[in-house]
Amino acid sequence: MEEKSNKVVGTSPRRKDAKAKVMGKAKYTADIYESGMLVGKILRSEKAYAYIRNIDTSKAEALPGVEAIISYKDVPKIPYALQAHQFSLDHAGQEDHLIFTDKARFVGDEIGAVIAIDDLTAKKALSLIEVEYEELEPSLTIEAALASKGPWIHEGREHNILSDLWGYEDGDVDKAFTESAHVFEGTYDTGYQQHCHLENHVSYAYMDSEDRIVIVSSTQVPHVARRIVGQALGIPWGRIRVIKPYVGGGFGNKADVRLEPIVAAMTMAVGGRPVILDFSREECMIGTANRHAMRIKIKSGVSEDGKLKVLQGEVLSNAGGYASHGHSPTLVAAGKFVNMYETEAVKVENRTIYTNLPIAGAMRGYGTPQGVYALESHVEDIVTALGLDPITFRKDNFIKENFVNPANGMITHSNGVRECMDRGRELIDWDRKKELYKNQAGPKRRGLGMACFSYETGIYPIAKELGGARIVMNQDGSVQLMCGATEIGQGADTVLAQIAAEVLGIPFDMVHMISTQDTDITPFDFGAYASRQTYVTGLAVKRAANEVKEKILRFAADEIVDLPVYMLDLQDANIVNKHNGQVMAPLDKVALASFYQVDRAEPTTSDVINNAPVNAYSYGATFTEVEVNMRTGKIEILEIFNVHDSGKIINRQLAEGQVEGGMAQAIGQALSEELLMHPTTGKTLNNNLLDYKLPTIMDVPDLGVDFIETYEPTGPMGNKGLGEPPTMSPAPAIRNAVLDATGVAFNRIPMNPQRVFERLKQEGLL
Amino acid sequence: MFDVKKYYDVDNLGVALSLLSKEPHLIVIAGGTDVLIKMQHGWNQEETELLGINRIAELKGIRMLDNGDIEIGALCNFNQIEEDATLQENIIPLVEAAASIGGPQIRNVATIGGNICNGVTSADSASTLFAYDAKLKLSTERSERIVPISEFYMGPGKVALESGELLTHIIIPKESYEGYQGRYIKFARRKAMDIATLGVSVNYRIDEASGCFEDLRIGLGVAGPTPLRCIEAEEYARGTKVSEEGIAGIAGKAVLSSHARTSWRASKEYREHLIEELVAEALLSITDGVRGEEDE
Repeated sequence: MEEKSNKVVGTSPRRKDAKAKVMGKAKYTADIYESGMLVGKILRSEKAYAYIRNIDTSKAEALPGVEAIISYKDVPKIPYALQAHQFSLDHAGQEDHLIFTDKARFVGDEIGAVIAIDDLTAKKALSLIEVEYEELEPSLTIEAALASKGPWIHEGREHNILSDLWGYEDGDVDKAFTESAHVFEGTYDTGYQQHCHLENHVSYAYMDSEDRIVIVSSTQVPHVARRIVGQALGIPWGRIRVIKPYVGGGFGNKADVRLEPIVAAMTMAVGGRPVILDFSREECMIGTANRHAMRIKIKSGVSEDGKLKVLQGEVLSNAGGYASHGHSPTLVAAGKFVNMYETEAVKVENRTIYTNLPIAGAMRGYGTPQGVYALESHVEDIVTALGLDPITFRKDNFIKENFVNPANGMITHSNGVRECMDRGRELIDWDRKKELYKNQAGPKRRGLGMACFSYETGIYPIAKELGGARIVMNQDGSVQLMCGATEIGQGADTVLAQIAAEVLGIPFDMVHMISTQDTDITPFDFGAYASRQTYVTGLAVKRAANEVKEKILRFAADEIVDLPVYMLDLQDANIVNKHNGQVMAPLDKVALASFYQVDRAEPTTSDVINNAPVNAYSYGATFTEVEVNMRTGKIEILEIFNVHDSGKIINRQLAEGQVEGGMAQAIGQALSEELLMHPTTGKTLNNNLLDYKLPTIMDVPDLGVDFIETYEPTGPMGNKGLGEPPTMSPAPAIRNAVLDATGVAFNRIPMNPQRVFERLKQEGLL
Repeated sequence: MFDVKKYYDVDNLGVALSLLSKEPHLIVIAGGTDVLIKMQHGWNQEETELLGINRIAELKGIRMLDNGDIEIGALCNFNQIEEDATLQENIIPLVEAAASIGGPQIRNVATIGGNICNGVTSADSASTLFAYDAKLKLSTERSERIVPISEFYMGPGKVALESGELLTHIIIPKESYEGYQGRYIKFARRKAMDIATLGVSVNYRIDEASGCFEDLRIGLGVAGPTPLRCIEAEEYARGTKVSEEGIAGIAGKAVLSSHARTSWRASKEYREHLIEELVAEALLSITDGVRGEEDE
């Protein structure tokens, strides 16, 4: 490569995995084959809420090729949490899941499994199993769950409330409302959204000669998976080894540990022979997680001069049948009330409710797309009612640099949200088009909308933020970099290698990335979640690279060059005089000597776990122009721009890729994507990609992306989170553009044509 | 993974018909875009016996017959239909319907014969074939008959194929297309990889002297259990002025022939609304009277 060393950050070198993926050499879980691999299939409940009274497996067992059938009768009854929250956290209420259950809590709940010699035999065996249910009255909406007289979906969770803790109040809310010139109220609903990662969930497991359980899995969180499998099976964690090969996307869904305990139980049931569990898309869409459907109520007070004085909110969140990430996404949604607009008083209440529907869990944005949709729709309703300029109002009221989040004490060190708004306004030609689209009356009406967001990069101070990194220098001065957190398609390997190359003063190509995580080998890390990796793991990589650099410079000073170590630096793979840049010795010569010097032996390696007691707020805005067909109810996005303040951008090409993907996901959330369940049986109706309307490339317009590069002092390279933020502001921006075009406020997403038709009709516009 | 009981692969029509006559329970498979999905979801594969007809040359190709009728081989896939010069020149709605199906991979294997014989109301090619009064050539080992497409659909998933019978060709009579213009509108949630919420295919002939519709035919998909024609609207149209008012009247009548129902995919009310809107849109767009241009 031609990059000058120390100039690797801020360039866009080719992805570390680009060639492997394009050439088909990248091995994903299902590409790796163990001889004699058996196939596992899950027996799923056909009822939304029922006790399993009996499972008759006699016919299935008689089928040739069936190796074992297991159910709730055969696995430990140790409840565990599906989610990857840190072990140090209080898990009370989230440890609600068993490997197999005798009380089905949604259609698709796992009650047993077949292990057979092949896929067809396993499927056939499943059809021969007879399950005897004792049906209970299912709660298929939040309202029904709250009104239910029991039995509670999870024992001890009265009225099916998973949690209503950690409401928040600051300032005198009543006084602020009394003093407000205008008071507004609104209720905003969002639907169940599915991750639809390209690679479905897949894991396989076997037992090695020492009876350790080896699990190869498409996971975001291998080290957490080891812990949860150990907990679920009641065996020492060290007896479990989890290997993560290439992963085809996760978006948070693979931050749950879902298949691994099951596949471990499966291999144990067949004496350690390898068993693969490979979900179909249809199975993935009912049996994994979704974005929480939320209902968010907002009441606000605004002063005569356009100051947002007070915000009061109530967040109701549908958890489905199991906690998964529990109350946390609800709290993150509620967090928008305190870290976007600076008010005199704020109050928010949160409730997360169990229902007999598929599970909601972590999905890119983690409650924020719902929270931002509600709040930014509400803000638009305020400015529309008062005839204020939406950009000016937001700029005047948004939090500024050095704002201290009253709920957690975190400081905003960098905030480019106003510059993001300015840039977005310019990119979409806001002022001219706003003028142009006044007073439309035809069947196709255009409108402009915008919205902004704030979001935490990681999870500190809620929990610890560890990053693990290990660097080993070779004889030629190149290095291997191994990280505990995972590449799942987002480009982490490339960006972390850039940070290592930058700090070490070597070209990008001299950093060899070990992409596979193996809990026996790889440094410990909590995995790929939040928007943390370049930030948290980046800090670890920076520290590890500095350690290696120090070691090789010390060796050079001691043995090779005639300058003291404090005068040396590494640049372009040369040891140089820090003062004038003069090359003192090429790195490869020094590295080689470090291996073979007769009287000296020490590794030029580093192995760090970095604890990062910091967090950083990312900001950004979406600007969009839509056209609404007033006759058919179809909404077309004509233009859309996301402008992000994610601090310094390490790799613009990858950053743009992240933003484009997130925008497409948010366009789906706004207009078309929604998992639908039958109103009386709770059965999922559209768990396939024909009926679940994931936008195709033809449904997504050209996506405009830009960055306002502030400097975030807490980040390793001035950077802060970008992974999830692209999903946060498009939905409300689209909704606000539709309001601008039609005068109709859509307070429920997705805004699909049927719904738009109904609302237009209701408003007398059809 | 599939595990069928039996699979024949033939490259000769005579052999195929003879097999069908001896083993009438054989399931005919061409592109497989419907059959394989049914096999994955519910069919007992071990009982399934398939007759693969993909390599039968006699069932391929599109040609204009000596009498001016256009004959489409049942095995033509939708890429071939989309790119065929004869169809592009004479039957634009069929080209538009072909282009709207699935994605490039699906269009490259899915056949028009399969699309029709699958018997579903959402088949994109069917509403246009209804609108053009297409005739279907059905053959057995010993006989051949021609059936108008309007008599072919018996109900959802049910078509009038008799035991041992195979659809070999689709014929669009010269008098159906000569002097006619047409348009197909697929209303779906996505621009690709989707099934129609409603499909509208119209074609007509205008009497230049009077400025009235001389003839109009409207085929609808997903407006009832099978594709259907809008007889009331068509009768009303003959002699009706080609104007916004005239077209609005026709579109209103089109709803009368429909039997739309409410499902979780769309409500009856919405589908009926779409019938009216899209019939009007289709007619206006080919009469240059595009509505909505006042605000563009």
